[in-house]
Amino acid sequence: MATAQEERQEMEVRGDELLVVDGVKKYFPITRGIIFQKAIAQVQAVDGVSFTLRKGETLGIVGESGCGKSTLARCIVRLLDSTEGRIMFEGRDITKLSRVAMRPIRREMTMIFQDPYASLNPRKRVGFIIGEPLEVHKLGTPAEVKTRVQELLEVVGLNPEHYNRFPHEFSGGQRQRIGVARALAVNPKLIVCDEPVSALDVSVQAQILNLLKDLQDDFGLTYVFIAHDLNVVRHISDRVMVMYLGQVSEVASRDQLYKEPKHPYTGALLSAVPIPNPELGRQRESIVLEGDVPSPVNPPSACRFHPRCPRFVEGHCDVEEPPLYPFGEGHVAKCHYPLERWPMTAAEMRRREATTREEPVQA
Amino acid sequence: MALLEVKDLRTSFRTEDGIVKAVDGVTFSVEKGQTLGIVGESGSGKSVTCLTIMGLNSRKSAISSGEALWKGKDLLTAKPSELRGIRGDEMSMIFQDPMTSLNPVHTIGKQLVEAVQLHRDVTTRVAKARALELLKAVGIPKAEGRIDDYPHQFSGGMRQRVMIAMALINDPDLLIADEPTTALDVTTQAQILNLMKRLQEEFGSAIIMITHDLGVVAEVADDVVVMYAAEVVEHAKVSDLFNRPQHPYTWGLMGSLPRLEVDTDRLVQIPGQPPSLLRPPNGCRFHPRCPYVMNVCRTENPPLAASERDATHLQACHLDQETKDREGSKLVEATLAGAG
Repeated sequence: MATAQEERQEMEVRGDELLVVDGVKKYFPITRGIIFQKAIAQVQAVDGVSFTLRKGETLGIVGESGCGKSTLARCIVRLLDSTEGRIMFEGRDITKLSRVAMRPIRREMTMIFQDPYASLNPRKRVGFIIGEPLEVHKLGTPAEVKTRVQELLEVVGLNPEHYNRFPHEFSGGQRQRIGVARALAVNPKLIVCDEPVSALDVSVQAQILNLLKDLQDDFGLTYVFIAHDLNVVRHISDRVMVMYLGQVSEVASRDQLYKEPKHPYTGALLSAVPIPNPELGRQRESIVLEGDVPSPVNPPSACRFHPRCPRFVEGHCDVEEPPLYPFGEGHVAKCHYPLERWPMTAAEMRRREATTREEPVQA
Repeated sequence: MALLEVKDLRTSFRTEDGIVKAVDGVTFSVEKGQTLGIVGESGSGKSVTCLTIMGLNSRKSAISSGEALWKGKDLLTAKPSELRGIRGDEMSMIFQDPMTSLNPVHTIGKQLVEAVQLHRDVTTRVAKARALELLKAVGIPKAEGRIDDYPHQFSGGMRQRVMIAMALINDPDLLIADEPTTALDVTTQAQILNLMKRLQEEFGSAIIMITHDLGVVAEVADDVVVMYAAEVVEHAKVSDLFNRPQHPYTWGLMGSLPRLEVDTDRLVQIPGQPPSLLRPPNGCRFHPRCPYVMNVCRTENPPLAASERDATHLQACHLDQETKDREGSKLVEATLAGAG
């Protein structure tokens, strides 16, 4: 894609990109038969996603369930092998590396999982859970590992004396702190956070979000932060990427995305978030999308959002797939008829105005 | 007379570790056509309150006391057969998880017809017509074709619509919705909330909306009850609660929300964890986490009482009115600053 290539060239000049994801696709086959398995269809979970991530930056990824954000996360850390595309970590293509060659890179990027109840082994003590990455990478003697684990417990705000406890002795928020400590153990450069706070109560969620921000300042971490809650993503991210059905709909800096969304899907998402203020919330008219997210087995033609889009134009949106049109300062949106301003009511959104949009840059 | 009047409701559960007081002295009432929001974190007793009202707690382990007057009749002392007559007819419930609340081995049509025929002596044909009418009312596309589908053939949002249709099928006077949108995406949540508002206008039912999301409460509720550790800490009209919050826990909840309309560099966090209900703290249950704690808070539990400014605004806190007004308005200003 033209814009992705252009962006990449721009990045190469700057040279501080930590992660470059280039046209990554992940298809899961649907098979029939028991012995002679034959693929009859494919779930296009991630379909051509490209982005770059600079050191020290937080990229938020939002989208509804089933839009492929978790699959993308797993592809980035290579818990899944992508079907197509390249993932460059510190300038090195890691998509084709063997397990052995991958091992030192796994020290550089770790992951925090969604469910603090399912992601910790209930039979192991906390000290072992946090220390295991250190042992795997042979970092230090048992005594050194123990000191390091206690240090980590302190960093994430737990009592170092809880070293010998089991996960069930902790509450949800404390368990998520253990997950954070484990991700930090090997001093990674990149942490992929897959919905780290969606299972937590608001007061505990605030504790974990503050902790993640503090750790970023202290250790210069880079985050890929996946969530479905737009408020949370806005709070923690520098840039935000909106995904729909396995594809990127819009990427922009945080302020631009929330103040001037260009894609109608982003607009609909923003208008659907309940505002904790009765006056503001009830004045505003939310743009209610009809229907459900279509199946990624057989996604709609051309623009995948067209069956639900309030600005759908027959004969254009369902025929020609929109590229990622640029709107300046790295803001791109995959829409032929972007929003002229924001906020908009549902009726205004349907009424398109003559736009003076830049033409997509040709390769 | 209020439709539902809950007075000093208490529910405890016998467990291996001792008695857990899940609801400890809750009082509120719901009028016809009103929406009451109950907010609180997990374990604050909001769901148990409603399960007790509906008589859905396990009879073996739950002990309840107090009163829950439904049109003047106490539900806690009612016979199971009387309760069965009320439940699903005059009073119905929408559960949190649309994936597990429908029976997977029956078609949704059959389940809806069953709900009608339990309370009305009508033929299957009439009941089915009613089911179809409701499925259309909740916005299921091509309802005629889908009435004989099984729950797994519907998406999460559609299943929640079926649940709402089932709850509304006998024109209930009160609908209890226990986190009806928590399992759903924002766009689907907006669809469901709009639908509930529209149906309330159409059918005139009262709604009790249980949620942990202050945003949802702000959008739909008339009155709000804030619960913490099995007790009510604040009870006010929605505009009063959001413009003049009186309780430190409510301030904490509001401050800890990241918001779309406001820039905050750091979220206000409530330190610590919610207390165990096996051994709740002495005095005010919020005192170990409260930044304004005073000596009296450690020994005396403040009663739920009207605030000095406003008789309809109930709160349970020892702080003096001046401090509450000052701190409350400070928070409201901070959250409104960026709203413009």
